[in-house]
Parts: sequence; structure tokens; C-alpha cells
Amino acid sequence: MSSASQVAERDVPFQLRGNSFTMMVLKVFAPTSPNFFTQLNVKVRQAPNFFHNAPVVLDFDDLPESIVFDLGAFVAQVQALHLLPVGFQGGPQPVREAAMAVGLTPMPSGRAAKLEEVVKAPDPRQPDQQTPIPAPQVLIEVVHRPTVVVTEPVRSGMRVYAEKTDLIVTSSVSPGAELLADGNIHVYGALRGRALAGFSGDANARIFCHSLEAEVLSVAGNYRVSEDIGSDFYKKAVQVFLRDGVLSMDLLKTA
Amino acid sequence: MSKIIVMTSGKGGVGKTTSSAAFATGLALRGFKTVVIDFDVGLRNLDLVMGCERRVVFDFINVINGEAKLNQALIKDKRIENLYILPTSQTRDKDALTREGVEKVLNELSKDFDYILCDSPAGIERGALMSLYFADHAIIVTNPEVSSVRDSDRILGVLNSRSRRAEQGLEPVTQQLLLTRYDPERVEKGEMLKVDDVLEILAIPLLGVIPESQAVLRASNVGMPVILDEVSNAGLAYSDAVGRFLGEDIEHRFVTPQKKGLFSRLLRRSA
Repeated sequence: MSSASQVAERDVPFQLRGNSFTMMVLKVFAPTSPNFFTQLNVKVRQAPNFFHNAPVVLDFDDLPESIVFDLGAFVAQVQALHLLPVGFQGGPQPVREAAMAVGLTPMPSGRAAKLEEVVKAPDPRQPDQQTPIPAPQVLIEVVHRPTVVVTEPVRSGMRVYAEKTDLIVTSSVSPGAELLADGNIHVYGALRGRALAGFSGDANARIFCHSLEAEVLSVAGNYRVSEDIGSDFYKKAVQVFLRDGVLSMDLLKTA
Repeated sequence: MSKIIVMTSGKGGVGKTTSSAAFATGLALRGFKTVVIDFDVGLRNLDLVMGCERRVVFDFINVINGEAKLNQALIKDKRIENLYILPTSQTRDKDALTREGVEKVLNELSKDFDYILCDSPAGIERGALMSLYFADHAIIVTNPEVSSVRDSDRILGVLNSRSRRAEQGLEPVTQQLLLTRYDPERVEKGEMLKVDDVLEILAIPLLGVIPESQAVLRASNVGMPVILDEVSNAGLAYSDAVGRFLGEDIEHRFVTPQKKGLFSRLLRRSA
């Protein structure tokens, strides 16, 4: 990037950029159930740090059409558990309107990947509990883009882009091939081509590879060409990341 | 159903046409009805290597354009039963190859032939793409040097993304490596890549290693596929490769520098 364009960017008081965030989806089946918040509280306490002030999207897709409940009070109770409802998806029209009225954002639905049905996991501390509590079901889903996994060799001239996610290549990457990922890049064969992690600017992205023979390495636009990759790292298992904004490499130590 | 093989490499001058001629001849020698097609429109060479250049009247492009019937363009080899050559045009260019036209000719050939061998031109443009598009099997011809290996790697990527099998989500095109112009002595001196170096980068099964041999040029000049030269290492190596292609288990030879043992082995073999 030229210095002129950097100056020009700084003159503008803001910058608009697309970004993606990982958020939990709280699937609501029976909001009026008396056990709803008791159970949700149990769930939250299992990993308080993880849930503390975590943004959540309320999913009303499975609510019956005729349901009537006080959405404002419901949201307040969710907030009392230190979860931050920021949006919602689906649901009957009256519920949707009520959700908009309390300031929740309608989210485009349909891309959620089901990770785990948390409610199914029994509490190991209560093995004697024979009958599970019936009624309210709380299902927590994490919205994320699936990692792109490539098992075939990435050949010269090929270009693989993992948009808004990580990229894993279990085979080798040939000279003249190019890997791009908005997230991290893992290569379990030899990395002989180019690898550009944090392609949209994520400075926390990293590149991990088993045998570093790359032509170009880049994290969030900070790059090194093979000439600048020391022989200490050549054909070694290495991770590449930004340390104080400078592209750095560390040997991956096994054992 | 006939099997369509493409002999390709990306890079020029590595031995595609020599290998096509040898391989097609080898398949025919083993009793398979085989046709070899020259896709190098405008740079017609296969007919020379096959020694039938003086019998070309109509060609592949004439058939594609409907100007001649397939039977008029097919040239039957004079030496070997079951072997046919479909020469190409020297006066046209690669644009004359249309996907529909090529498909029509291949469909017609597949009624009669066991193997259809497509001799690809160099490059990754239209001629090469057309030659590999319909392939079931690809033989990648590579020399033991870095630029040839890189170009082969590129063409493997093209096969995996732009062949009919890739586009239609069918079983992928099977791929095997034919390493040509291999000189074990220069490899030993470090002047050429080792077999293992090439395999490490390309990561496809090895079909055969053809040693650098004066017999190849000699055979080309007289229009005789080198596989018919049964005393040359190159001819024997091609014969082995054809056997392996057909599923025979044959040990690789000519990959290490041979001392005196070579001569006696050859004598024993030809006796």
C-alpha cells in the first residue's frame, strides 16, 4: 500500500467495512415455561466467562403461531443472565413486531449450523437424576461459517479462498498455487505456494504449516517472500502470525 | 465402451507426441483396437512420428466440419493391426476445435475402438482443453526439470477443474505420470530432478520412467514409434509403461545409472 493512500484514508473520519461475527442463537421453544430461565441459568453458569455479555440472536422460528407472551419482560430476563439479545430471526408476525419495538434487529435466517444440542448433555454431577425435567427446551446454536477443508493437492495456478472462515489443506500446496482465507490457514502437507491469512484484515489470523517452503506468506497484508524466510524455518513446522504488527514466525514444537 | 486417454503436459517439447505414438502402438500390439488423435491443430506432427504423413488426405478438422466422413480421415497403420491415426489440419488453428464437434467424433470413434488416445498440444488453451475435456484417464508427460514439473502441476489442476468429469461431478479423471528424458547419470550428478522429487510435488502414481535415449530421435525421424525399437531402453520402457497401464505389475527400470550389467541384460532380452 502506498503512503499516499494511507494518508488519504486517515483524512476520512470513518471507514466502512464488512465484517462477520460469531454469535450464539438462542432457539426459543417455550418462552412461557416456568422452567425456562432456571434452565437457561444452569446452562449459563456452566461457562460463565463464555456467556458473560455474549451477544445472542433469539430464534423464534419454532414458536407456535398463536403464542402470546410479554417479549419485553422476556428480553429483560435474558439480559438479567448477562446475555445481550441483539437480534432475532423468524417467528409469528406479532412476535416479530414486538421484537422490533424493543429494539431487536431482524436477522436474515437460515444459515445457522447446528453444533450441539446443549440441552441433551446431562449434568454429570447429578447421575442419580432419573427423570429429566420435561417441558422447556433450550437449544443453543452457534452461528458460524464452516471451515473450508481441501483434501486434494492444491495445484499450480489454483486459488482457494475461504471467505470469512478458516482454511485447512490436508494435502500439499504446489508452487504457483494460492491460498486465501479471512481466518487462519492450516496446511498439513508441504506449503510451497502462497498463503495469505487474514485476507480481509484480521490481524489475529495465523498460518500453520507442517513444512514451510512457501513463496509468499501474508497475514492481514503484512507479507514476506521466500527470500526473506530464513533457512532456520525452511521445511520446518512453523506458525506465522503478527507480533506487534510485524510478521513473525515460530517453530511449532511438538512434545 | 472405449476408454479415452489424454497425453498432456502443459509444457511443450517434453515428449507428448512421441509418447502418444509409442503408447498407442503399444496398446495395439497387445490386441486393443486403438486410435490416436492429433489435437495440435496447425502444428501437425503426429503423422510424421507415426510415419503416415504421405497418406493424409482428410483430417480431424474436416470431420468436425462435416467436410469428410470419419472413415475417410482415419489412417490405418501399415505395420500394426488395430492401430489407426486421426491426423489434424496443418492449415487451421485451434479455434476449429469445437466442443460439440470433438464430442461427435469421439462418440463415433467409441463405437469401434477400445482406446482413444488424444495427443494434446502444449499450453492450457483451447487445443489442450479440448483434448483433455472428454478424457477418462490422463497421462502426464513430464521431464525431470522444474519448469516442466510446474507446468504439469498446472495441467493437473486444469484436469481437476475443467474436464467433463470435473464439471459434471463424475468420478475424477485418473492421472498417471510418465517421466520422460530421464538421464540417471545426470540425476546422480544433481543436474536433473530425481524421480522422487517429481513425485513429491505432483503426487500422482508413476506410470513409467523413459530414459533419455538417442533411439527416440532416430525413431521419430524415420516415422517409427520408438516402442517398436525393441533393443532400445526407451522402447522397452514404453512397453513396460503400457503393461502397467493395463494393470500388470512391472518393476521400474532405467532409473539408476547402469554399468556393465545393462549391456548383458539387453543382450539376454533380445536373444
